[in-house]
Amino acid sequence: MDLLAIAFYLLALVACVSAFMVVIARNPVHSVLFLILTFFSSAGLFVLLGAEFLAMLLVVVYVGAVAVLFLFVVMMLDVDFGSLRQGFVRYLPAGGVVALVLVVEMSLVAAAIAGKNATLRAPSTNGVSNVEQIGRVLYTDYFYFFQAAGMVLLVAMIGAIVLTLRHKPGVKRQDIAAQTARTEASGLRLTKPATGQGISE
Amino acid sequence: MTDFLSAMAAFWATPVGWTVLTLVHVLVISVILLICIAFILLADRKIWASAQLRKGPNVVGPFGMLQTFADLMKFVFKEIIVPAGADKFVFILAPLLSTVLAMGGWAVIPFAPGWVISNINVGILYLFAVSSLGVYGIIMGGWASNSKYPFLGGLRSAAQMVSYEVSIGFVIITVILLSGSMNLATIIEKQAGGFWNWNVFGGSEGGWWHLIATVVMFPMMVVFFISALAETNRPPFDLPEAESELVAGYQVEYSSTPFLLFFLAEYVNIVLMCAMISILFFGGWQAPWPTPYLQHWWPFWVSAHGFVMMGVKILFWFFMFAMVKAIVPRYRYDQLMRLGWKIFLPTSLVAVAAIAAWRVFGPVNGVYG
Repeated sequence: MDLLAIAFYLLALVACVSAFMVVIARNPVHSVLFLILTFFSSAGLFVLLGAEFLAMLLVVVYVGAVAVLFLFVVMMLDVDFGSLRQGFVRYLPAGGVVALVLVVEMSLVAAAIAGKNATLRAPSTNGVSNVEQIGRVLYTDYFYFFQAAGMVLLVAMIGAIVLTLRHKPGVKRQDIAAQTARTEASGLRLTKPATGQGISE
Repeated sequence: MTDFLSAMAAFWATPVGWTVLTLVHVLVISVILLICIAFILLADRKIWASAQLRKGPNVVGPFGMLQTFADLMKFVFKEIIVPAGADKFVFILAPLLSTVLAMGGWAVIPFAPGWVISNINVGILYLFAVSSLGVYGIIMGGWASNSKYPFLGGLRSAAQMVSYEVSIGFVIITVILLSGSMNLATIIEKQAGGFWNWNVFGGSEGGWWHLIATVVMFPMMVVFFISALAETNRPPFDLPEAESELVAGYQVEYSSTPFLLFFLAEYVNIVLMCAMISILFFGGWQAPWPTPYLQHWWPFWVSAHGFVMMGVKILFWFFMFAMVKAIVPRYRYDQLMRLGWKIFLPTSLVAVAAIAAWRVFGPVNGVYG
């Protein structure tokens, strides 16, 4: 057994166990932390495949940004841990069906690949880094799909902002331009009120 | 003797030998880094003190040189206090994670030609990934302490670091576009031939026309530096630990060695950011003048030359970090968010488009040159 196989089994084991722990952990924060470990191990598997660009993207996007927001939200929620556990048995059949479907699908795919005698290793790259390879495919053959995916994300983002942004009238807001444009003359007034009278305004 | 040498050479090529060799590399870099951090920490305090007309640490050893080691001893010999109700495992894991990630970033930093532990193709992305993971140590520490101030500090830091990562990412993209590579060694090699070829002055491609790109790249360098301050929670962006509001933010409940680890991770990260800015914009190990004379030098002296250049640049940027800490007052939280999202993000986004257009329509493709 070479180092590659050892690394693969180790990473795969960690990924599977931590994915399982995401579901059974009592504390939602622990669940998110296990989810992060799962992402991280999957990134390791990508590296073993020779897809280091995908691995880094997985870490940057999912672990570095998405999971941070998960953690942020879960930590802020005031969750009653006891009541969360109640539904576990009730949701078990539905979850079991989903898991079963996934297992069957993945086994079929794996069997099909094994039938074609394909190996697990990345195809030969002729010295071109896989960043360049992905770029070449993404910006030529799949250019319109790539742009369309970007548009979908943009629309989703703007939609979320439009749905949640409210401009309440009568709320004091900062106007940075007005603030920085203030001078001594416009922002300050020196007066000398007579004793007992104050300033009339 | 020759038999022995060839046997050793064969051994280093085997998986076990390779592992041993890499571990030794890692160990050497870690130890040297830690010793350097000890003196950099002292330098930070000395610079800060000088800016305030104080003397700074001057008791332990000559000129206070051993102050950091005295601090180390003090931290290590104290008791580790875990607060009641704290999540013990996460509480201890958080500082460990911070330190491991901070040290891990150094795996891809090239110190001199060929002097790097792992020369991976996506080195710059790896650095970005590792620095974006640094936030976990802080959030986990803040949450696991089971106390309000650390928790607020953790939340603040999560929002702050995620915000500034976005602009750091865009700035990195401009550098990748200029260099055409994500490999740190390649990025540095492309900046050879004098300071006017550094990325901050538009990279080396396209004849003298490349200097026009300075208009974009110099502001990008400034954006990177300021974002690096925010990313490492340095003043003026030290809101996660703002001692006047949150006592010490996410590290309130930490004592002894775990606190030391947080502290260490912070400084390792700062120096890592200094190394990043030196590599991305200021030519890493390249001298600021043309170096044809290096061809005639012994490899050892070429490496030493690279180490000195890289070291000088890192120290210069660390000096800038320290000066900012000494002279700039802390930002308010809404100002911080405004700066990140409303100023840096659009600026760097426009810069990415500008540099991309420059690469396609500019002199690099031979339109002018």
